[in-house]
Amino acid sequence: MSEPVEGITDVTVSDMAGAKPRRRLGGGWGKRLVIGVPFLWLLLFFLIPFGIVFLVSLGSPQFSVPPYSAAFEFDGWWPRFVGSLGNYVFLTEDDLYWRAYLGSVKIAAGATFLCLLVAWPMAWMIARAEPARRNLLLMLVILPFWTSSLLRIYALMGMLRQGGIINSVLIWAGVIDQPIQMMQTDFAVYLTIVFTYLPLMVLPLYSTLEKLDGALLEASADLGASKFATFCTVTLPLSAPGIVAGCLLVFIPAVGEFVIPDLMGAQDSPMIGNVLWGEFTRNRDWPVASAVAIAMLALLVIPFMLLRSSPALREEA
Amino acid sequence: MLRFLAILGFALLYVPLAILVIYSFNASQLVSVWGGWSTRWYVELWSNEAVLDAAVVSLQVAVLSATVGTAFGTVIGYVLSRFGGFRLRILFTAMATAPIVMPEVVTGLSLLLLFITMEQWFGWPEGRSILTIVIAHATFGMAFVAVVIQARLAGFDKSIEEAARDLGARPLRIFVGITLPVIAPAVISGWLLAFTLSLDDLVIASFVSGQGSSTLPMVIYSKVRLGVSPDVNALGTIVIAIVGVGLVVGMQIMRRAEARRKRGQD
Repeated sequence: MSEPVEGITDVTVSDMAGAKPRRRLGGGWGKRLVIGVPFLWLLLFFLIPFGIVFLVSLGSPQFSVPPYSAAFEFDGWWPRFVGSLGNYVFLTEDDLYWRAYLGSVKIAAGATFLCLLVAWPMAWMIARAEPARRNLLLMLVILPFWTSSLLRIYALMGMLRQGGIINSVLIWAGVIDQPIQMMQTDFAVYLTIVFTYLPLMVLPLYSTLEKLDGALLEASADLGASKFATFCTVTLPLSAPGIVAGCLLVFIPAVGEFVIPDLMGAQDSPMIGNVLWGEFTRNRDWPVASAVAIAMLALLVIPFMLLRSSPALREEA
Repeated sequence: MLRFLAILGFALLYVPLAILVIYSFNASQLVSVWGGWSTRWYVELWSNEAVLDAAVVSLQVAVLSATVGTAFGTVIGYVLSRFGGFRLRILFTAMATAPIVMPEVVTGLSLLLLFITMEQWFGWPEGRSILTIVIAHATFGMAFVAVVIQARLAGFDKSIEEAARDLGARPLRIFVGITLPVIAPAVISGWLLAFTLSLDDLVIASFVSGQGSSTLPMVIYSKVRLGVSPDVNALGTIVIAIVGVGLVVGMQIMRRAEARRKRGQD
């Protein structure tokens, strides 16, 4: 709150004093409403659903609508717990789930790193370009981001498939005589993640590199540092905030990715998102799908939320 | 060296799109065979009722959910950056930002289970429809809008709002008269972001859509899974053209506004 400035006239001060109680009354209810309405929306459509997912994960599948048994039975008004943690035990026993989880983290981390390698030079080039050209280059990065990602994945499928452009060109050039199997491989998944998420990496990198002071680079060169040394000791460390932001923007959605491994990946090494989907649709085992969802929440999302809030806490302290 | 790598990166972004555009004019059904120029896939697309219906559904969902999401998201962003501490603030902040980091499959499953439970208990919403997709998309859209608004408000001098308050203006009047005009560009870009995210979403919509409310990505996905369908190339070309024209027009408008602002300052 701002303090009254010295030298302010008595009239204004008394006006303020007179206006204050009335404002607080109106502000109080208005404030409650302004916080309360979005709060209730998020409670109903975001938090409560996870409570329901948790309850369903304690049940077991059965032939009914909806296809699971409730975790609680009601004797009159009194709820009696009849669920079990069996689904979670099951997740730890069958190594399909662990493999899918670790595989997802591995693929997402690898693809994020590759994405960073591809994006950094692009962001650098945009940041160093003339203003007019810079806008054009930025537009070239944003355009694919606003185009449907599914259509872009389809475009890549057209290149990678057996009779696709890459195989046709390679056979025509005589490099190979049999088409290479590229679809349904980890290679295709990595390439597609890099291709799909590239704009999300370039944009935060660009915004930190754009603010980078060119004088620092000149100073480093004047002091006799080689281009490579300047890059390693000045440019790269200064672009760290953009690197962190870009990596989070790519890694987080990539871990839970469903469409890319489904269309491009091998059937025998699904990512965790596909496992959840498969349990839900093919096996119609909603309780196990729910348990996978809770496990993803506990092992992927909550660590990230804590990670995100910790620097903020340190800043406030 | 860096330059060369950068150009390779741009090539990675654009070569697949260029090939998609070229092949959308391929007369041949086979992807690997060039059968001469033709617009037959565009004609076929235009007569495909499933695709057209889905496009209408997608646009309806995107406009409605982006509008609801932007209204709520703007308020959330404002509350988070201007209201200081209040009870349950930590919970509020967590709920407002968590949808961004939530895997799509988890969001989709949780909302579907919510809608089923609500229907069992209260009889509403009756089945899954456009309404349930709108609710789902609005919920994650508002999280993104809130972030955009918060960033804009962080860079905007609080003292103007404080001056207005000291002069006795009521909070609503301050918001409408000062804050909203300042954050208007962020509100617009937030809406566009929520709109695109809604149009792009396949996974969440697949969970919470019902009979007769298939969105465009759902229809494309089922076509793509079945194999090569050249009319998807035509659809992709149309989308690229619309986004391209929209971007160029948008950039022009922004550049003009910028120039006008500069003239005003001189």
